[in-house]
Amino acid sequence: MIGAELADQMARALADASDVTTLRLLEAGAFPQAAWDALDALGLGAALVPEARGGAGLGFADVMQLLEALGRAGAPVPLAEGIGAAALLAAAGIEPPPGVLTFAAAGATIPWGRHAAHVVLVDGVRVTLHAAGSLRWAHGSNIAREARDTPTVTGVPLAEGMLPNAWGSDAARALTAMLRSAQIAGALQAALALAVDHANTRKQFGRPIGRFQAVQQQLAVFAAEASAASVAASAAARAADARGLADATFEIGCAKVTAGEAAAKGAAIAHQVLAAMGITEEHALHHLTRRLWSWREEGGSERFWSARIGALVQSAPGPLWTFLTSRDQEPSA
Amino acid sequence: MTGLRFDLRDPPPGAAALRAEVRAFLAEHERAWTPEVRARSWMGFDRTFTRAVGARGWIGMCWPREYGGAERSFLERNIVLEEMLAAGAPVGAHWIGDRQSGPLILRLGTEAQREKFLPGIARGELAFCIGLSEPDSGSDLASLRTRADRVGGGWLLNGRKIWTTFGHLCDWMIALVRTSPAPEGGSRHQGLSQVLVDLRAPGVSIRPIRDLVGEEGFNEITFDDVRLPEDALVGQEGAGWAQATSELAFERSGPDRYMSSHPLLEAGLDALRADAAAAPALGREVARLWTLRAMSTAIAGMLQDGADPVRQAALVKDLGNDFEQALPGAMRALRDVEAMPEPMRRMHDYLTQITPTFSLRGGTREIMRGIIARELGLR
Ligand SMILES: Cc1cc2nc3c(=O)[nH]c(=O)nc-3n(C[C@H](O)[C@H](O)[C@H](O)COP(=O)(O)OP(=O)(O)OC[C@H]3O[C@@H](n4cnc5c(N)ncnc54)[C@H](O)[C@@H]3O)c2cc1C
Repeated sequence: MIGAELADQMARALADASDVTTLRLLEAGAFPQAAWDALDALGLGAALVPEARGGAGLGFADVMQLLEALGRAGAPVPLAEGIGAAALLAAAGIEPPPGVLTFAAAGATIPWGRHAAHVVLVDGVRVTLHAAGSLRWAHGSNIAREARDTPTVTGVPLAEGMLPNAWGSDAARALTAMLRSAQIAGALQAALALAVDHANTRKQFGRPIGRFQAVQQQLAVFAAEASAASVAASAAARAADARGLADATFEIGCAKVTAGEAAAKGAAIAHQVLAAMGITEEHALHHLTRRLWSWREEGGSERFWSARIGALVQSAPGPLWTFLTSRDQEPSA
Repeated sequence: MTGLRFDLRDPPPGAAALRAEVRAFLAEHERAWTPEVRARSWMGFDRTFTRAVGARGWIGMCWPREYGGAERSFLERNIVLEEMLAAGAPVGAHWIGDRQSGPLILRLGTEAQREKFLPGIARGELAFCIGLSEPDSGSDLASLRTRADRVGGGWLLNGRKIWTTFGHLCDWMIALVRTSPAPEGGSRHQGLSQVLVDLRAPGVSIRPIRDLVGEEGFNEITFDDVRLPEDALVGQEGAGWAQATSELAFERSGPDRYMSSHPLLEAGLDALRADAAAAPALGREVARLWTLRAMSTAIAGMLQDGADPVRQAALVKDLGNDFEQALPGAMRALRDVEAMPEPMRRMHDYLTQITPTFSLRGGTREIMRGIIARELGLR
């Protein structure tokens, strides 16, 4: 229930930000300061930080609905990044600083880098905190025109620490994969809603196109994929809560593969149903579909995770089924 | 779209121990199973095996003890189903009774019906089949014409059912039939009822239909003035449509809707263990399997809570059918059929022929998608 309440709170705070105008400004390089301030005031950034460190002490599964809500809005603010970065810092024993915070694996591009006050870099198990102004930046973007910037580290970090074993040596990627899987699930829900609405209002041959069975059947496939992405993201988050991120990369990978495939199918169907209108700059759809196409690459593509999962099951002794079921979370008492 | 919500769930306490028990049991039986038996999965009918499963208390395991059940949860039952399917066990002789006929009788049957049928199903002695489809009524089930007319102290059954899986091997059918004409200008869904038919009763003739593999799995069953006793009626007269559709959450939600090809995936992994180039494709199938399992298990949990996840069931059936149907093709893309190890090739060959049925039986793909589209507000 915590998850639902948080998501509600955020949905209200996001309501102002989640219009096309915000996303347009964002993609033109502006930072939605008002929306950020409203959300920042809710303190959601510290969701995964343990209570002992001043956070909300929530688990990954608790924030999935919130991340989906963020995805539905097209992620107009770097909240997913902030939640992830604060969690990494807290795990490494570093106090998360206030303001816009983001993270990435060392060597990867940094989401929202140019807009951040602080940046968390994760190199294996080593976590460093940097003032964004102390880094030299090369600006870049994904095809959603979201800032994906490359830093050059100069000088010493503000703080550094080590991740505990439960986080593993590939934590930034795994965390990104989990965040993006949930955001993809959310963006799929929003794109599906646009497509369904269009199908019910756009008329051709004297009736709403949604009355045509060919259109209905495609949207049903879309809905199924969107559900799959959402269930997968949540199931992965539960595994990470139960066993720690490091020992949940199998589940996180499975979720990312599912989300990535769903992103491709959903985006294709949404565009087919919205037809020419849907590919105009004016229409809201592309803000979602370009994010779907982008997010599936971040934190590991379907190809990346499939290869890992495949290698893992190839090397696990005994039947695949034994391996799969050995990972079930049985309550300990 | 609340009909498309899924609530996730941890496994029940004791899950691992129950799995281990089922595995030990299966290990005693599985040596006798050919690759074809495993590939047939829940389309394999073996009364001896079914009685052994019944003796372990794994049929009707959620039912009250007084009717031969074990009062275990839906999630525990789900574990047994998964293990049976993962091994490709020939569970067909009890699958329908356990999955839907028994639960229907438990929910809506009279006390006498419960006592008469449930313990026998749970022991693996009474096999049930589903009498829905007719020669002229497939997807458009409500157009069915088989009739049961009231006669002194009972019913007179006339008409024809078709595609009845294992009808020729079963003891009883629960048939959806018309017991009164649809009201003029009213819904065809009115006037339908569910009746219990003893397949050995006079006037029942069963003609097995050979399928494309050359096997006799389903049947045409003709009813010619078959006299049914008064208490053949299950549930309420005239409420058959609602009853039969609520059964569908049970019929469509289980792991049998995505695991039908599972033994082939196991054989494929075995054959391709050392093939690094196969890793991404294998990993993709595993990721999908993992997701479907999470969805299907969520539905078992929702059934446990007394919810009616009939739309979620249609959705998972559709996704699951796509997955189990595509598996032979996925394996074939990784290894030429002639280069597959013998058991894998035999499973592949069997499944290649039979996978088209996956998106037909239990309601077609198009009908599943229609149910989802309705939930989306498009129909
Ligand atoms: C292996 C197997 C076992 C079976 N076992 C049983 C059993 O035990 N008991 C039982 O009662 N039945 C059983 N069936 C029958 C099964 O339920 C039917 O095959 C199914 O409901 C479809 O009916 P049909 O075959 O008459 O096809 P039809 O309904 O004639 O459909 C033909 C095609 O048209 C499509 N179609 C039909 N209506 C629509 C529509 N409104 N919109 C879009 N497309 C549509 C269908 O999707 C399908 O592709 C079994 C079938 C198979 C293959």
